[in-house]
Amino acid sequence: MAASSIARPKTEARARRPRLSWLPYLLILPTLIFVVVFTVWPSLATLYQSLFKANQAVRVPQFIGLGNYVNLVQDPVFLKVLQNTALFVLMTVPLSMALGLAFALLLNQKLRAIGIFRLAIFYPTILPLVSAATIWLFMYTPDYGVVATFLRPLGVRGQNWLGNPDLALWAIIVMTIWKQTGYYMIFYLAGIQNLSQDVFEAAALDGATLWQEIRHITFPLLSATTLFVTTIAVVAGFQMVDQIYIMTQGGPDNASNLLMYHIYETQFRFQDRGEANALTVLLVLILLMFTISNFLWFEGRTTYESD
Amino acid sequence: MPRTKLLALLALFVVGLVLAACAGGAPSAPAASTAPTSAPAAQGGAAAAPTSAPASQAAAPAAAGNVDLDFYYPVAVPGPITQILDKYAADFHKDNPNITVKPVLAGSYQDALTKIQTTVQGGGAPPGLAVLLSTDMWSLIDADAIIPLDQCISTIGGDAYLKDFFPAFMANSQAQGKTWGIPFQRSTPVLYYNKDAFKEAGLDPEKPPKNWDELASMAQKLTKKDANGQVTRWGVQIPSDGFPYWMFQGFAIEAGKNIVGDSPTEVYFNTPEVKRALEFWASLSTKYNVMPPGVIAWATTPNDFTAGKTAMMYHTTGSLTNVLKQAQFPVGVAFMPADKGYGAPTGGGNLYIFKNAPKEKQDAACKFIQFLTSPDRAAQWSIDTGYVATRASAYDTQAMKDLAVKQPQYLVAKDQLQYAQRELGTHAAPQLQQVLGNNIQAVIAGKKTADQAMQDGQAEADRILKQFK
Repeated sequence: MAASSIARPKTEARARRPRLSWLPYLLILPTLIFVVVFTVWPSLATLYQSLFKANQAVRVPQFIGLGNYVNLVQDPVFLKVLQNTALFVLMTVPLSMALGLAFALLLNQKLRAIGIFRLAIFYPTILPLVSAATIWLFMYTPDYGVVATFLRPLGVRGQNWLGNPDLALWAIIVMTIWKQTGYYMIFYLAGIQNLSQDVFEAAALDGATLWQEIRHITFPLLSATTLFVTTIAVVAGFQMVDQIYIMTQGGPDNASNLLMYHIYETQFRFQDRGEANALTVLLVLILLMFTISNFLWFEGRTTYESD
Repeated sequence: MPRTKLLALLALFVVGLVLAACAGGAPSAPAASTAPTSAPAAQGGAAAAPTSAPASQAAAPAAAGNVDLDFYYPVAVPGPITQILDKYAADFHKDNPNITVKPVLAGSYQDALTKIQTTVQGGGAPPGLAVLLSTDMWSLIDADAIIPLDQCISTIGGDAYLKDFFPAFMANSQAQGKTWGIPFQRSTPVLYYNKDAFKEAGLDPEKPPKNWDELASMAQKLTKKDANGQVTRWGVQIPSDGFPYWMFQGFAIEAGKNIVGDSPTEVYFNTPEVKRALEFWASLSTKYNVMPPGVIAWATTPNDFTAGKTAMMYHTTGSLTNVLKQAQFPVGVAFMPADKGYGAPTGGGNLYIFKNAPKEKQDAACKFIQFLTSPDRAAQWSIDTGYVATRASAYDTQAMKDLAVKQPQYLVAKDQLQYAQRELGTHAAPQLQQVLGNNIQAVIAGKKTADQAMQDGQAEADRILKQFK
């Protein structure tokens, strides 16, 4: 707007009302086509089709309005899956982020061979989730798995980590934190290394302790990173499915079933497309609500470097 | 800066949508192409495809007189399945030069079914022939994906051909008075036991447990503990993750009541016999302490057995070849111990021909079925893989007779077949299998009583099956 008013200072009215140019729209057209074809259209189609009964009992889908949603709300499995997912996200996201930040602070030290330590923390991220899950499946083997061997001297014996409904989800949570921490650590490490050293030097001159520096300088300056990491961490938390598939298939008795895996089994195992679409819509809504509220909450509190 | 804020918010909204769509992408993709009839016009193209696609494909091979037949198969047991089937295809081509069979490895049973159903729903051309679970029969009928094979069978031997298959295998292959699947890679669970462990515990290694009481008492003798009271060898392991309903069917049949009958819309979870069966299974851990507590992994059970961590295990005959190879001790194989009588479910895969495949591919598939199920080949397939040969006459072949002398363990599953009954293969079978499996796991883990679990399971199963009545 500013540019056009400088270029064409003829009349006030003209400067205020910019000409609708087709060029910008042409430029975004390729992207727009992809977004519409691969994002907007499938989302709307999913929403539309979630209003139909489309499972093995009907050859032609039947319109049932909100029937799929009503069924879901009354389905104890779905409610259990929601609880599990909430617990999973509430445990894995804060813990892996906190650990990621802690490791980032530690690994920001100027030590010899610090690269090796950074690699050690980051390497679970490089492993494909399926491979990691397979490794952990064997680590959790009762009686002679690594976990059992390691915990035996501590008096923990005979635990069937993945076969006990009280433990299965926690076993998966631990594995997920192990997997995700390194990923978030990298973002925090990059964030810390981008911070201007001036403020830290000033704080040091004023006699601030290390904890005061971290608490009052590092944390606030990293809030943009935290916003970003929180967003990707929560979205990732809702979308994790590989380790469930490999390690427990949601069992025992749905004790470790998560929303994304439940969508998978509803669609592909049970062939209930209507209900799978309804589940997908709910997942989208949850993620949208989170993303927007997360953004709004951080908006007033975030410090961007460029400011 | 309200404008930047708005822009940023918009950007995040789009990112959220993209991420969410990635999440929803998989489920919505097949759904999009099977849109309700009232769906927007844009989907008309996809909906019209089923008629046009096969037709256009039909033209080319017919003109040349040559037929390419895609043959989808899953791999569910260890072994060089791919090489074996590639060789069968090459042998078949020698006898039938105008037909080229292309075996396509389609992953697990689940993957293979997903691939084909997604194709069928999307209006694409399915393979002419595929191996899928025998319990998928109703799912495939309900999806209008397969054709009855009666016409095919009449050209390759008729009733005599059909009668040669073991009746237990046909139970999940026929419906509505028609035959929909031909048994190919079929299995049944058996009891494996470690003969050395039997000797060590003072038991006769030639007398495996014949009934539940013997199973419990022998398992108690076989369970070994160290000085700290820690178990170093369990008496028995019965896997219960993944698809516990299958193994459980054996117990229910032994107790006198199969969980499924002739009707595809009825199941019998909530019966005294079935509850008794479930109580006995759970009691092996909770009362007798001869089985590890909690849910036991299917995949690691054969390793536990060959490594001596358990003296007995229930597992599929499909593992036999591998177990005999791995074990450093003499392995005994026996019927699943009886209660009121012996019993076992059948499992594994059938051959299906697909409806939307062009006629000459269906005919080629029929010829290949005849080839695959010939007595010699059925015998060889059994020897190579450990699956049960599906036809009685396969056991009259020289190869099978030789094997019976060398490794009589291979015959146990076949002999047990006379006590085997229909597998849980009703309408919506995968969902019912899951419902029953969840409730079995809840009892094994001590979260529900057998009574409560089977009541819950029955209510849920009735709710699902009501849609098909």
